Amino acid sequence: MTDSERTSGVPGVIDNPWRTLSRHTDARIGLGRAGGSLPTAPHLEFQLAHARARDAVHLPLDSETMMATLNERFSQVVRLQSRAQDRGEYLRRPDLGRLLSDDSREQLAAMQVEQCDLSISVVDGLSARAIHEHAATLLDRLLPPIRERGWHIGPLALVEQGRVAIGDPIGEALGARMGVVLIGERPGLSSPDSLGVYFTWQPRSGRRDSERNCVSNIRPRGQSFEAATTLILYLLDEASRRELSGVELKDDSEVASQLGDGRGNFLLPDSAD
Amino acid sequence: MSCWYYDTGGRRYRFESLRELMACATPARSGDELAEIAAASGEERAAAQLALAEVPLARFLEEPLIPYEEDEVTRLIIDRHDAAAFRPVAGMTVGEFRNYLLCHDVGSEQLSRLAPGLTPEMVAAVSKIMRLQDLVLVGHKCRVVTAFRNTIGLPGRLSTRLQPNHPTDSATGIAASILDGLLYASGDAVIGINPATDNTGTVVTLLKMLDDIISRYAIPAQSCVLTHVTTAIEAIERGAPTDLVFQSIAGTESANRGFGIDLAVLREGHDAAQSLGRGTVGQNVMYFETGQGSALSANGHHGVDQQTLEARAYAVAREFEPLLVNTVVGFIGPEYLFDGKQIIRAGLEDHFCGKLLGVPMGVDVCYTNHAEADQDDMDVLLTLLGAAGCNYVMGIPGSDDIMLNYQTTSFHDALYVREVLGLKAAPQFEAWLAQMGITDHHGRIAIEGELPPAFAHALARSAS
Repeated sequence: MTDSERTSGVPGVIDNPWRTLSRHTDARIGLGRAGGSLPTAPHLEFQLAHARARDAVHLPLDSETMMATLNERFSQVVRLQSRAQDRGEYLRRPDLGRLLSDDSREQLAAMQVEQCDLSISVVDGLSARAIHEHAATLLDRLLPPIRERGWHIGPLALVEQGRVAIGDPIGEALGARMGVVLIGERPGLSSPDSLGVYFTWQPRSGRRDSERNCVSNIRPRGQSFEAATTLILYLLDEASRRELSGVELKDDSEVASQLGDGRGNFLLPDSAD
Repeated sequence: MSCWYYDTGGRRYRFESLRELMACATPARSGDELAEIAAASGEERAAAQLALAEVPLARFLEEPLIPYEEDEVTRLIIDRHDAAAFRPVAGMTVGEFRNYLLCHDVGSEQLSRLAPGLTPEMVAAVSKIMRLQDLVLVGHKCRVVTAFRNTIGLPGRLSTRLQPNHPTDSATGIAASILDGLLYASGDAVIGINPATDNTGTVVTLLKMLDDIISRYAIPAQSCVLTHVTTAIEAIERGAPTDLVFQSIAGTESANRGFGIDLAVLREGHDAAQSLGRGTVGQNVMYFETGQGSALSANGHHGVDQQTLEARAYAVAREFEPLLVNTVVGFIGPEYLFDGKQIIRAGLEDHFCGKLLGVPMGVDVCYTNHAEADQDDMDVLLTLLGAAGCNYVMGIPGSDDIMLNYQTTSFHDALYVREVLGLKAAPQFEAWLAQMGITDHHGRIAIEGELPPAFAHALARSAS
């Protein structure tokens, strides 16, 4: 018997009956095989997804629309630029993406904000799409409980060609006690729209990455907006109490985990059978 | 401090220090350009390589690229240097050392004995004047064998890390990828999850789940949840069944501080895992990841080129006798390794340097969507690493990591390279695959329509 006679569908391809499990994950499981290799159809689907993800990296931030969206939610919104002039420079020079352009620094200084409890920055990062699609949704969940805490929120910054650390000079200029950066994460093949949130106690230029906490993969099919909001609030509350962030601020929250106790998945039946 | 010269075609190239000479001699790399330490022209680079070939190996012991007083990694390198092991090559220059490594009568045993006598700077230097074929050839001669529940790094073997990541750490989603991987013969290096959060409770739950799966199916493999070492220590204190302790490491004290670690906390993590005594055929309990550019990224590079700093990370690794070390070569992005050509060379350099220093090297053959690289580039690197005797590569469904958002090698990729180069899984795992009916007597996947009974039951449960 040859390989092609054993298949249910495409000649030469051996299907995987466990493909039904793909309802539990976006991972590319049960792709089948041609010999030991990837069959033609999943191979070409991959090539298409890669081409799309490459294109997403280069999609520019729609600043006009985002300004309108953010102005509906904040009394003060400021549009800022990093020192990276364009996408090419942004990709090769991450150092420039962490610094504010001269114009942007002057703009912030002119606002004459001496201090605030919280500085929020919305940054394109590597996926403007994540910002276009999810920034407003997350802010709508996050803002009411933050306002309930009586914290003074500084002007909201919308930043083009920015990296995570650009929240530091922004928070510094606004005298912020805490900084939150919403940023487009680098697009994956299955997730060109993933939003990340980075939290820094006393954001100031020169902060190390180990002084930040991160909540990542926020998108409809990833970390839910609800769970992300709970985690971010936990970080804000704990940091306010302990006056620090980063690896010393362990995420010990007992957030209602989607994981349960890890049992109940099909590989681990509760009872012997 | 010394000054180095090379005269070529009426022009004199001058290098103010060994550090500058190394940076100018290193093959072109976007990260060194970002740090503004790269050679200004192709001719300057070639001149630096010619000058570097004349440098005595012993010089690297006298002139540390990062001062002894300023950096605990330098202190580790110098204090641990084994002068007796170094003796066979102590009188050689970098250029002579390259010739020595290529000699037919220098084999695995000599290289193993030599390892404690070599410093990261020496192996980085010689790698800079080697072509890819040299890196493959010498890498292939080096053998670094480690063990926990199976034995990794034996000749003719290529292991894989089964990487069942899920963006929300969904237990069922993770289990689906584990099943897919096992049925494609993956997971002998480790079944290792990158969790979506550093939440200690989640980490403990994932460790229990992996432990239960390994026990239930009697898999001769180890598990790991790739969380910060301090979280792993907390998890162990909470009684989590921990096989391996993971940490990302770099080649300077300040870059490690950027990761929130130092040598003392790595020792603490190592001792905590050792105290559990969970290995059956060995007790190598650490899993480290590295990558060129991490020190610059953490602003802790001291003007040293990224490839030399990467080799220094292996000196940190070898101090803790790890089971696994891998360079996540294309993960960090195009600002450090711009395109497929740079990623391919870096992967082979890292494998070579790690092996020569006695570190059990694997490579995460990978790229991100903002780099100028694609699957063809990864095929080239994977094939060359297979030829170079790499200990292990990653295995993920369809090359797509839906949690970390990058592309690495798939389960199918590992089958390809095992097929064309005649490589096999770790012996204990190979036997388990055959016993479970996953592979046939050629070691190829045997599963057609029906699943092996244990897994058929699991799949039936998933439908209920």
